[in-house]
Amino acid sequence: MTSLSKLNRREFLSGLGTSALVLGLALRTGRTMADATAGGLQEVRGGDATPALFIALEEDGTIRITCHRSEMGQQVWTSMAQIIAEELEADWSQVAIVQAPGDARYGDQNTDGSRSVRWNFHRLRVAGAAMRTMLERAAAARWGVAPGECRAAQSVVTGPGMYSATYAELAQDAAAQPLPTEAELRLKPREQWRLIGKEVPSLTVPDIVQGQGTFGIDVQLPDMLVAVVAHPPQVMASVAKLDDKAALAVPGVVRTVRLPALDGPVLFKPLGGVAVVATDTWSAIRGRAALKIEWEAGPNAGYDSQQFAETMLETARQPGTVRLRRGDVDAAMGASATRIEADYYVPHLSQTPMEPPMATARWDGDKVECWVCVQAPQRTRSVIAQACGIPEENVTVNVTWLGGGFGRKSKPDFAVEAALVAREVGRPVKLTWTREDDLQHGYYHSVSAQHLEGALDAEGKCTGILHRTVFPPIGSTFVDGLATPSWEELRQGVTDNPFHVPNLQVETGDAPAHVRIGWLRSVANIYHAFAVQSFAAELAHAAGRDQKDYLLELIGPPRQLDPRNDGAQYDNYGESLEEYPIDTGRLANVVREAAALAGWGRELPAGHGLGIAVHRSFVSYVATVIEVAVDAEGRLRIPGVWSAIDAGTVVNTRHVTAQVEGGTLYALSNALYGEITAKDGAVEQANFPQFRLMRMKEAPRDMAVTIVASDAPPGGVGEPPSPPAAPALANAIFAATGLRIRRLPIFGSGSDDRLPLDATREGESA
Amino acid sequence: MSIKLKVNGKQHEVEVSEDTPLLWVLRDHLGLTGTKFGCGVAQCGACTVHIDGKPRRACVTPVAGVGAQAEITTIEGVQGEVANAVREAWVEIDVPQCGYCQSGQIMSAVALLEQNPNPDDDAIDAGMSGNLCRCATYMRIRSAIKSAAKAGS
Ligand code: FES
Ligand code: FES
Repeated sequence: MTSLSKLNRREFLSGLGTSALVLGLALRTGRTMADATAGGLQEVRGGDATPALFIALEEDGTIRITCHRSEMGQQVWTSMAQIIAEELEADWSQVAIVQAPGDARYGDQNTDGSRSVRWNFHRLRVAGAAMRTMLERAAAARWGVAPGECRAAQSVVTGPGMYSATYAELAQDAAAQPLPTEAELRLKPREQWRLIGKEVPSLTVPDIVQGQGTFGIDVQLPDMLVAVVAHPPQVMASVAKLDDKAALAVPGVVRTVRLPALDGPVLFKPLGGVAVVATDTWSAIRGRAALKIEWEAGPNAGYDSQQFAETMLETARQPGTVRLRRGDVDAAMGASATRIEADYYVPHLSQTPMEPPMATARWDGDKVECWVCVQAPQRTRSVIAQACGIPEENVTVNVTWLGGGFGRKSKPDFAVEAALVAREVGRPVKLTWTREDDLQHGYYHSVSAQHLEGALDAEGKCTGILHRTVFPPIGSTFVDGLATPSWEELRQGVTDNPFHVPNLQVETGDAPAHVRIGWLRSVANIYHAFAVQSFAAELAHAAGRDQKDYLLELIGPPRQLDPRNDGAQYDNYGESLEEYPIDTGRLANVVREAAALAGWGRELPAGHGLGIAVHRSFVSYVATVIEVAVDAEGRLRIPGVWSAIDAGTVVNTRHVTAQVEGGTLYALSNALYGEITAKDGAVEQANFPQFRLMRMKEAPRDMAVTIVASDAPPGGVGEPPSPPAAPALANAIFAATGLRIRRLPIFGSGSDDRLPLDATREGESA
Repeated sequence: MSIKLKVNGKQHEVEVSEDTPLLWVLRDHLGLTGTKFGCGVAQCGACTVHIDGKPRRACVTPVAGVGAQAEITTIEGVQGEVANAVREAWVEIDVPQCGYCQSGQIMSAVALLEQNPNPDDDAIDAGMSGNLCRCATYMRIRSAIKSAAKAGS
């Protein structure tokens, strides 16, 4: 039986098991001394780099590295460990990982925004180098030689002559060394890296292939009960009448618990409804099915996403609020030889990680310990504290493995449910979301409508672009009634428009939210890149030019952009523009790299077409080329996908490649099939395949990735591959068939998996 | 009711209602959590186990119907040359991302290779399309199956 003891030993509480945390514990005490020393390691770039936070040298030689970011398949355990082990000169085969609980002393733990490496690269190098320095100094002191004569490599420090000692042997002495300052450290030069930038194998995969490792759903505690929740069909709906007799009669069902009704703003609060608590999952599921609930539908019952789409498109066609202005777009339109316009629509999507939200909570007096698959453990801690009316110190949040996150698990509403229900029943409770819960009660990717206009001169050169975007903002989750797109959402593919056009105008229109809106892998970049990169190909077509050549011409000469010069507020994903410029040279370069990889311009079989798209997001650059094959009936295949990524310095080439593959296919799955619709305020998709995902037989046969070699600072990797996928696909379909896709998904319900080719003349849209 | 079943070569007896899917018996009653829940409606394959060597979706297999003598094999217990080759191939190129679907992927891949030692792309598509992967590791699954097949030939 998987028990808590197994959990403790395997993932959560290192040091309480077999071997002691020699250096780690000692350093924690030592840190107080270091605090008094000016120039300690607590304020290096990226946060606290005190080695004891992240590194423990155990007696048996194990080098236990604490990963403070959530592992959800991006291989963050491996990449964080690589960075530390590189500078520590650790023997990689001795490295083991422990997952940090949610705790402010780790600094930011919110594993989203593609920033684990970006924000921790320097800091973890410093932590590793500091520990290595202390080991070298401890060895020098022991041998009575100069520290400069001692050299660490592969977990061994070697001195002059025959002197040599392992890290485990030196750990005690090293702990007594004062913490070095950052200035005293010697970071390894790039040419000497043997882990960073290499294909280091995953630290999780060997367990995964044995069915080992603890996901949120796998947590088992002694005396634990299982709960599922009957959530209200609409956001803000509430229980009017509850009859739980039949549910309580189901064998195994222990009791029901009413959850508090939701009032705005929705934040990360539970949705309300009724939890059914049982001795096992199946009994809880059966019990929930036997509940009789009358719901009070609440303010969102009128939401009909079909109708809402038309309203949004209507808004997008009207003049909006100007958010960025360069030159005079009206004059450019007036003076144009050719003028084109297009409307794009992208529906709500659900993140739908393969593991639905899961949370376990156990109370002890007024303290609660939780085991949860969350991307944001500190946030989870504070929202549980708030909901339960206890101080944050009373909440422990242990992070399990995440069976996928994609933004869903940044929202800890389900963890709050577990804490509330466990407190009510007085026993540990694992709260399980079924797939139906995941699809019908999510924080959805926002629905969007966009209108673009472009002006071409007589030579086909683009002289002006108007981009109007309308979507319910994520801010609606935090502020009731917020309907205006934020600058953060606009910098995801609108205000950072990279095209070299003299006249550019960005406008927004308002749209209220009627479901909970939240982040989904690459967020607003999804719909903005779809519109902008599709429109680039539409401009190329209008100009009678090759898509790729025209795209490069639109991007123009290498230069650095600053959207603030044109009146936008722009935060560059939290980075400075000096260090992470919007560099059109790098953008054009990935276009050329992807085109070369795909063999752009080659002879294609009949019915085939190539499409290309490029996008900068999370301060990285990705271009993707897709080949489609469409038969006479309109059936679509994707024979090949080729991408190039420039993410600056990368830590693990194998896993960056895997993220490009996965992020691209995730986006293609959504573009082909993904759509969440609502009627009477309730989501219509209940399970697979109503919310359809790409399967093996629909995946491309050929896929290749180029990682651009770069010594620029690290950029994001988990999200940037997604945005170019949908427009590259749409552009390929146009190249193959003349059918222009402006509305996603490509195969909505009722499409019968056929493109509507008979309705197609050149340039007609679907 | 009391139900006998044999999992990974071991006899068990559990007290559950007879419609309980095998999945929840494995996970909640026997502590074999390697077999995952993804949909509960035979659409995702995360719960794939072998019953007498054949891949089955445990989420829609009522435990009472399995039979005390049937050999149930889960990811924790699947062994043999093919299973080893599949695991090795999976590790060799790091097929999994989050890993959540991968127990099911591996069980389906082993069943496929047991029955067809040298599957081409179409056979892989047919054998593996019941297993969803939201991380979309399909490219690596396909190439790992091919290298596991090569290792076995
Ligand atoms: S959980 Fe059984 S097929 Fe999805
Ligand atoms: S590896 Fe994450 S769902 Fe398949």
